[in-house]
Amino acid sequence: MGLAAAGYDPLLALGALWRGAFGSWYALTSATLVRSIPLIILGLGVALGFRTGVFNIGAEGQFYAGAIAATWVGLQVAGWPALAAIGAVWTAAMAAGTLWIVVPVLLKVRFGVLEVISTLLLNFVAEAMVSYAVTGPLMEAKRIYPQSDPIVAAARLPALPGSRLHLGFLVALVLAILFWWLFSRTAWGFRLRAVGLGPRAAEVSGRISSRRVVAVALLCSGALAGLGGGVEISGVTYALFQNLSPGYGFTAIAVALLARNHPIGVVCTGLLFGALEAGAQGMQREAGVPAVAVQVTEAVIILVIVLAEVLVRRTGTVRASRPGAEER
Amino acid sequence: MTPLLELRGIRKSFGPVRAVRGADFSLAAGEVHALVGENGAGKSTLMHIAAGMVPPDAGTVHVDGQDVRLQSPRDARELGIGMVHQHFTSIAGLTVGENLELAAGRLDPSRGSGGTGWTASGVGARLMEGLPPKALASDLSVAQRQRLEILKALATGARILLLDEPTALLTPAEVEELHGLIREFVASGGAVALITHKLREVLGTSDRVTVLRRGIVTLRGATAEQTEQSLAEAMIGSEGIASREERSGGQRGPFAALGVAVGIGEILLRAGELVGVAAVEGNGHRELLRAIAGLEQFPGVRVTGSVAFVPEDRTAEGLIGELSLTENLVLGLGADPRWARGARLDWTAARQRTTELIEAFDIIAPGPDARAGTLSGGNQQKLLLARALERQPAVLVMENPTRGLDVRTTEEIHRRLRAAASDAVTVIVHSTDLDEVLALTDRVLVVHRKEVREAPRGADRRLVGEMMLGVGTPSLRSGQSGQRKR
Repeated sequence: MGLAAAGYDPLLALGALWRGAFGSWYALTSATLVRSIPLIILGLGVALGFRTGVFNIGAEGQFYAGAIAATWVGLQVAGWPALAAIGAVWTAAMAAGTLWIVVPVLLKVRFGVLEVISTLLLNFVAEAMVSYAVTGPLMEAKRIYPQSDPIVAAARLPALPGSRLHLGFLVALVLAILFWWLFSRTAWGFRLRAVGLGPRAAEVSGRISSRRVVAVALLCSGALAGLGGGVEISGVTYALFQNLSPGYGFTAIAVALLARNHPIGVVCTGLLFGALEAGAQGMQREAGVPAVAVQVTEAVIILVIVLAEVLVRRTGTVRASRPGAEER
Repeated sequence: MTPLLELRGIRKSFGPVRAVRGADFSLAAGEVHALVGENGAGKSTLMHIAAGMVPPDAGTVHVDGQDVRLQSPRDARELGIGMVHQHFTSIAGLTVGENLELAAGRLDPSRGSGGTGWTASGVGARLMEGLPPKALASDLSVAQRQRLEILKALATGARILLLDEPTALLTPAEVEELHGLIREFVASGGAVALITHKLREVLGTSDRVTVLRRGIVTLRGATAEQTEQSLAEAMIGSEGIASREERSGGQRGPFAALGVAVGIGEILLRAGELVGVAAVEGNGHRELLRAIAGLEQFPGVRVTGSVAFVPEDRTAEGLIGELSLTENLVLGLGADPRWARGARLDWTAARQRTTELIEAFDIIAPGPDARAGTLSGGNQQKLLLARALERQPAVLVMENPTRGLDVRTTEEIHRRLRAAASDAVTVIVHSTDLDEVLALTDRVLVVHRKEVREAPRGADRRLVGEMMLGVGTPSLRSGQSGQRKR
């Protein structure tokens, strides 16, 4: 409707959206799935924080920190075997993502500074760092474009033949399963969950140090986002440049929220948003609709789902909560 | 004479739960009418209907003989009905004066703060004594906040006050003061409906009493004709209720090795003792209890052996409402070998143990996977006690163990605490209800300004009350546990 009002052929546009996301084997694997990889990894990181009751809004910054570290290491590992090279790149990316959130963690634990603000602000710092890196120390040898040289071949992820779908997708799925296992089956995940749902009770009745758990959760969240950056460098772009991320770190927040922080849900919503963004490219190419329209669509989808959930919850809880309220 | 407020044939269901099943209630000018019943008996629902917060399914509400239809609390307020809730509803960041203006619907932010346009007269003026209008609500003591709540209802011009458990958090002296104010209010032509659990309070302050059981009125009449026994019977049915005398005392096993030593004055507590802690809010008894539990600092507290702690605030500190009963058990017990498999948790084993505890402690719950938040207060408390005893502690510390619980559950908790003590657990209990402390425990420690003293054996509530207020009792610093009975 909105598209028609804006003067575009809505059927053509939606068709293009569909074809861009699922229209061909190539579209599915090389556009949708590839785009969903960082969304899933970052979404898991954000969800891990949410589960523990903290809001890491800085996944974008940690992603960039991871990408910078991954690029630098990826340029140093010439001659290494692939396994070691990739391992080094990812380790560096995770370390950088973790490091990028250390300051917000210290501020929060020591002084109670809201992590929402500190992590958000560090996003801008990270983007500036990328600008500096690609025009300075990491700038390509030819010194023409503000981008890095491509990382060595050994550090690049193998891709599915005939597509751009790389090993990172498997990594994302494994991480989601690991996340699920940690939260549902281990004492470690249980502590995070308890602190997220009832920090006072966790402390008084569970003798859990909420601060420590919160710190650990934020550091892990940062590590995941950093790894997301490393996977993107080693699997897709092979090089660092500005605007490497089309806002993955922010979309990841929606991915996590929409999935209600459930890891399997994160995979599904990550795929959904990956498809939308891939389709947006198609829509722009074929129907001339600006990709912004897809962002509008994304927003509408989120609102509809949130609204549906509220409605379901309301009808579901009237019965459940009222008798309890009587007890008071 | 026409009653000020009358509820006739009220029925109300919430889903499958029939909260009120045809109840009448009337309130005449100049009377205090107590409304008592167990948790879930329907008293709060009935009062919420009178306050316009909940519409009845059937039945009518009459004010001054007029059939009225209350659509909202605002309608009720306009008819002079004010409800004072159990939980505080003042805005912490506003001053006393601003809270009152807000309640009176006259807070004008543009005029700036500070002024109390609302001037109190009569009872209101007495309530205002010791309530500085410019003090922030968050700085007030519990008793002061309670006063503010009542003042807020009066500020709306209420003639009919519905008080929901107003004395739950007050000390004996504060309770007496509140009762005096209630009497004064009704003497000036007002009427008060008083929801309470405390039978002594019913007998001491009300003119009439209505008892609800499972949504039906089981007793109504002049308070003067009732006894604690008759009220309790109407509340929970004719099943036997042990009187206080029978319950206290009794034989206890031999005292085993030492459990706790509280430093100040060298008060030694031993295994198998039931120890009460009495204090006026803010004197450090919370810190004392939590220091024994290993959560806070208090000078001179030494503890040997493991301690289990049941906090007063069941849903904020005791349980996590969003988690299941099983998960809450694991939360409190941690890496118990029964379910800890290295880093992994064996939920099946934990669930099985939870099911056993649900059974053993008569916890009414759909099952071990039910969310703890869906349980009633009494069942939450049973779960907390079950979990605490599951640690097999040397010392059990409980804050207000029966706060907000009905007679039956209170009995049950007391019984279990005694059973724990006879199993050589040192049970340390603080209760704001001094009667509970005196009836339940063998020894009473009084905390006044962070100083711990032991009340002499057999001290009555008057003497303990004086100690709580620091009225000269210098010689009571107890040496060893010589006053213990064998």
